[in-house]
Amino acid sequence: MAYTQILIAGFGGQGVLFAGKVLAYKGLTENKQISWLPSYGPEMRGGTANCSVIVSDTPVGSPIVSEPDILIVMNLPSLDKYENAVVKGGYVFADSTLIERKVERKDVKAFYIPATKMARELGVPTLANMILLGKVIKETGAVSIDGLKDALVKTVSAKHQDLVEANLKAIEAGYRYEE
Amino acid sequence: MAKVLMKGNEAVAEAAIRSGCRHYFGYPITPQTEIAAYMAKRMPKIGGTFLQAESEISAINMVYGVSSAGRRVMTSSSSPGVSLKQEGISYLAGSDLPALVVNVQRGGPGLGGIQPSQSDYFQATKGGGHGDYHLIVLAPASVQEMADLTAKAFDLSDKYRMPAMLLADGTIGQMMEPVELPPETDGNAVEKPWAVTGTENKREHNIINSLYLVPEQLEVKNLERYERYKTVEQNEVMFEEYMTEDCDVCVVAFGIAARVSKNAITAARAKGIKAGLIRPITLWPFPKDIIAKTAERVKGFVSVELSMGQMIDDIRLAESCKKPVALCSRVGGMIPSPDEVLKAVEDMEGGKF
Repeated sequence: MAYTQILIAGFGGQGVLFAGKVLAYKGLTENKQISWLPSYGPEMRGGTANCSVIVSDTPVGSPIVSEPDILIVMNLPSLDKYENAVVKGGYVFADSTLIERKVERKDVKAFYIPATKMARELGVPTLANMILLGKVIKETGAVSIDGLKDALVKTVSAKHQDLVEANLKAIEAGYRYEE
Repeated sequence: MAKVLMKGNEAVAEAAIRSGCRHYFGYPITPQTEIAAYMAKRMPKIGGTFLQAESEISAINMVYGVSSAGRRVMTSSSSPGVSLKQEGISYLAGSDLPALVVNVQRGGPGLGGIQPSQSDYFQATKGGGHGDYHLIVLAPASVQEMADLTAKAFDLSDKYRMPAMLLADGTIGQMMEPVELPPETDGNAVEKPWAVTGTENKREHNIINSLYLVPEQLEVKNLERYERYKTVEQNEVMFEEYMTEDCDVCVVAFGIAARVSKNAITAARAKGIKAGLIRPITLWPFPKDIIAKTAERVKGFVSVELSMGQMIDDIRLAESCKKPVALCSRVGGMIPSPDEVLKAVEDMEGGKF
């Protein structure tokens, strides 16, 4: 039975919480048990932001992810802070446009995606988060790529529904990306 | 109905509306502001009242006013704001008025911090304001319970004519989980013959009051109220048992601390330690009987709290100090990790406490 704990971290404004919501909604449409817990308060106003997501076949206990199976980092301070928390054999996904160093751990699977650069080139400069998410879905299968649009429609607010396609495009670009 | 993803705070607001609450008075404070924001958006569309008062004190007294008129009403805040409301809560209790007060707790004392805490347990369960009184105190441990217990709180509050408190914390307020919202009910259909709704020259005046200058009368009021409290204690205790049937060590925890404890219990069981959990859902009335019963057969209890140890006193009273009770806690906005709880369980199992 899968019990996948995911931690997403970066600067406030990079869409860390939103990426977590997409995962959570996708999990919900797959009839999984899920929880989504944001950092709140001063972090949201420009500092570091993070969010804990659990996607599981069994009921979720603590919603706080302190030892992630999957770590997604969008800035260097987040990699520095959380690298050692990842479970053995877990995954680390890093935006290599913004993080120059490599993952030091040898007992985790590390993926480097130039997400910010790719987002700029795709004409969706604010969607590096979705590009990373695409790669996460490809490599981990935490949720399925199929039917992702339904989850996006639910995650994106009513007045921004025109952005669903752009988000989908970014996720697909990440899904197809090979290092 | 299909499940939707919602924040705990939003679930409280939506469940309140579905329970017939059309009057909300509040003042913003992290980490409960989503409740006020949700009400601000929804209430004008359904003919309700959302009012951001000039202070928490003002908001609780507006609650007193609406409740006197017999309508369902609520306010919400977080720890420092709930302290400000205590005078009004005491007046509600002294006037036998129903109302819902939500406390999404944060670290204290003083202005404290904004991260989750459970350190208002004493304030919520032992009075908080002046005078002899109780609130019905419900402690949700999931977004689903944020919704369900909001509906329950209104019902109990009306039934017993006493204010109810939903005692949550920053984590449960901020997290999102799938939730099945309670059905729409006309909560205002409850008969309230005591309410001040205009006599139309057909009946005597109803008077809502907490001032009784004749001590004999005030004593009677207090005694009557405590008879009602006794009924609540007999009929309304709620708790969850988790893996307690064969447990040697019993964890007692509510809200987010219970969620963390479940992880620790799974880990303890994997190591061959028979651990279980009693999760009080009503903090007042406190589930005394099940704790006393459990004390007969366990080695000891571990109270897991986000406070310096408040509920632990009630556990000790409930089991008459028959078995040791250890405290596992973090404070100031910190949350104990499952490993910390596991260590406390192992220590109790090994007789180290």
